[in-house]
Amino acid sequence: MEKLHFEFKGNRSAGQFAPLLVGVVGSGNLEVLIEPQPSSGACAVDIMTSARGFGPIWEAVLRDFHDRHGLADVSVSINDMGATPAVVSLRLDQAAAQLGNAGARP
Amino acid sequence: MNAINWNTSAQSRATRLARAASLAQGKRVEASHAVELLEAVIEPGDRVCLEGNNQKQADFLAQALTEVDPARVHDLHMVQSVLALPQHLDLFERGIAKRLDFSFSGPQGARLAKLVEEGRIEIGAIHTYLELFARYFIDLTPRVSLVAAQAADAEGNLYTGPNTEDTPAIVEATAFKSGIVVAQVNEFVDKVPRVDIPADWVDFVILAPRPNFIEPLFTRDPAQISEIQVLMAMMAIKGIYAEYGVQRLNHGIGFDTAAIELLLPTYGESLGLKGKICRHWALNPHPALIPAIEAGWVESIHSFGSELGMENYLRARPDVFFTGPDGSMRSNRAFCQAAGHYACDMFIGSTLQIDLAGHSSTATLGRIAGFGGAPNMGADARGRRHATPAWLKAGAQAREGLSGVAAMPRGQKLVVQIVETFREHMQPAFVETLDAWQLAEQAKMAIPPVMIYGDDVTHILTEEGIANLLLTRSDEEREQAIRGVAGYTPIGLGRDRRMVENLRDRGVIRRAEDLGVDKRDATRSLLAARSMRDLVRASGGLYEPPRRFRNW
Repeated sequence: MEKLHFEFKGNRSAGQFAPLLVGVVGSGNLEVLIEPQPSSGACAVDIMTSARGFGPIWEAVLRDFHDRHGLADVSVSINDMGATPAVVSLRLDQAAAQLGNAGARP
Repeated sequence: MNAINWNTSAQSRATRLARAASLAQGKRVEASHAVELLEAVIEPGDRVCLEGNNQKQADFLAQALTEVDPARVHDLHMVQSVLALPQHLDLFERGIAKRLDFSFSGPQGARLAKLVEEGRIEIGAIHTYLELFARYFIDLTPRVSLVAAQAADAEGNLYTGPNTEDTPAIVEATAFKSGIVVAQVNEFVDKVPRVDIPADWVDFVILAPRPNFIEPLFTRDPAQISEIQVLMAMMAIKGIYAEYGVQRLNHGIGFDTAAIELLLPTYGESLGLKGKICRHWALNPHPALIPAIEAGWVESIHSFGSELGMENYLRARPDVFFTGPDGSMRSNRAFCQAAGHYACDMFIGSTLQIDLAGHSSTATLGRIAGFGGAPNMGADARGRRHATPAWLKAGAQAREGLSGVAAMPRGQKLVVQIVETFREHMQPAFVETLDAWQLAEQAKMAIPPVMIYGDDVTHILTEEGIANLLLTRSDEEREQAIRGVAGYTPIGLGRDRRMVENLRDRGVIRRAEDLGVDKRDATRSLLAARSMRDLVRASGGLYEPPRRFRNW
């Protein structure tokens, strides 16, 4: 297992919301948990991944995710079992879309 | 002046038949005499066609050929479309055959590469199916052909059943050039249900101890289709099929296209596309297409070969499939390849590697896999002259604003490569240099084995979006359009972000959100069938999957 941590300054506070889980932990898949982190001003991401040595790709995937959504005041926990960047992006976008749907707006 | 003998091949044929006469009763030869028969009719250096199709295999005759005495039969030049069985390569290891011209070697690709490296096989060329069949009639005409059929009657008429495949092309080329045709059959019958190959084109018939092997190559278990494939299928349907109004098409063999087939009656229906797209197909009977057929999407399907388990379903849907008076389907690879090349407006299929010019190849280091039919399907038909809206729109996009010779109105075939940016084990699908270059060097090929040339590829579709190469106007734009959908591969990360955004503004690159595809909808619940059992149910119980796909 490898642990990774990234943090991005955001401008779209997610406000208060119930923690939100998408995906499942299974081969080639991952679980994304998004929780509120009031007034942190950032999107903090903690990753536990079974595939070692892909730090730069994680960073690129998360940076693009952040460019798309600009979330602030959230913490994201990822439990990964060797998902491809495609699956990671899809799960993150699904989570962000659900968050948007929950009516949480700055 | 010496008189020229214009009849050497018929005389050679007579000599061979005389040698074999004692082994046959009429045309029938006992299976136990198969090896002797081959030793009698084949001479050293002969060009021999061993029927190895995409699916049906003349496996008994292949085994018999490996057992001939290499002192009597050697240096054969094998011509066959598919190398599927170990025996096909055993021939070279045992010194029976020397040279090979073929199309596809999927299952034997790694061993073939090794034998080539060791200098034990001379490869003439890797062909497309249609190209190889064409050469059977020009400069690769077989002296002896070993073919497979379902049944023979007393005279030697052959019934192939739904897997007719290559047999007519092989037998026609051999029989009408004084060659010898040997057929293995699964059964002798008084009267064949229909005559697929007339008796006077066939010299010998052997009842094989076991029915010939048929590979269910086109069965894709919907349970294995991923959400990413669903997402890509949504983008394909909305961004390409609907955009161009594609009515006539061919699909590749992979899970990506199976996902599209399973999305037609659900997602396609919700977009109001029924009757507007996907009405006519050059396609094997893909089980994954059953739900769309049952929902009334499909008017006609002509097939290269059949698919195991689909026999009764095909029989029950003669309005859709090409069937004989006996009720069973008739396939024909040569005709279907021609149909796919000339009468389809789109090919969509997957690949293993794509380079920065859009050239795509399934040849990877350590494997010589060949291409089968993909290059015929995935190439603009330069000889095509009839117009359809999809063809005209693609041509207009490619020619917009151009002058000179390119100003002449002309259509273009849509050739779509659908790939995830990473294959299994994080192997990037996008590369700087195709392995094909190195492979060409190793195997001393004249040109790198490219499956689909970049100038034929019109769209590249990944989970990152669609790159429409018809709209690019320079090599640099083409490269950035490809990088722009290459995701987090080194090729994708090396993109010029500003240029890619510009291409996106111009609609050269379209992402899911640009197409109005909501990623939240990309779930397996959108598939019209989610398991093999669902497919059986959709067929009303007519589809009978092979045992290994029966997982319930």
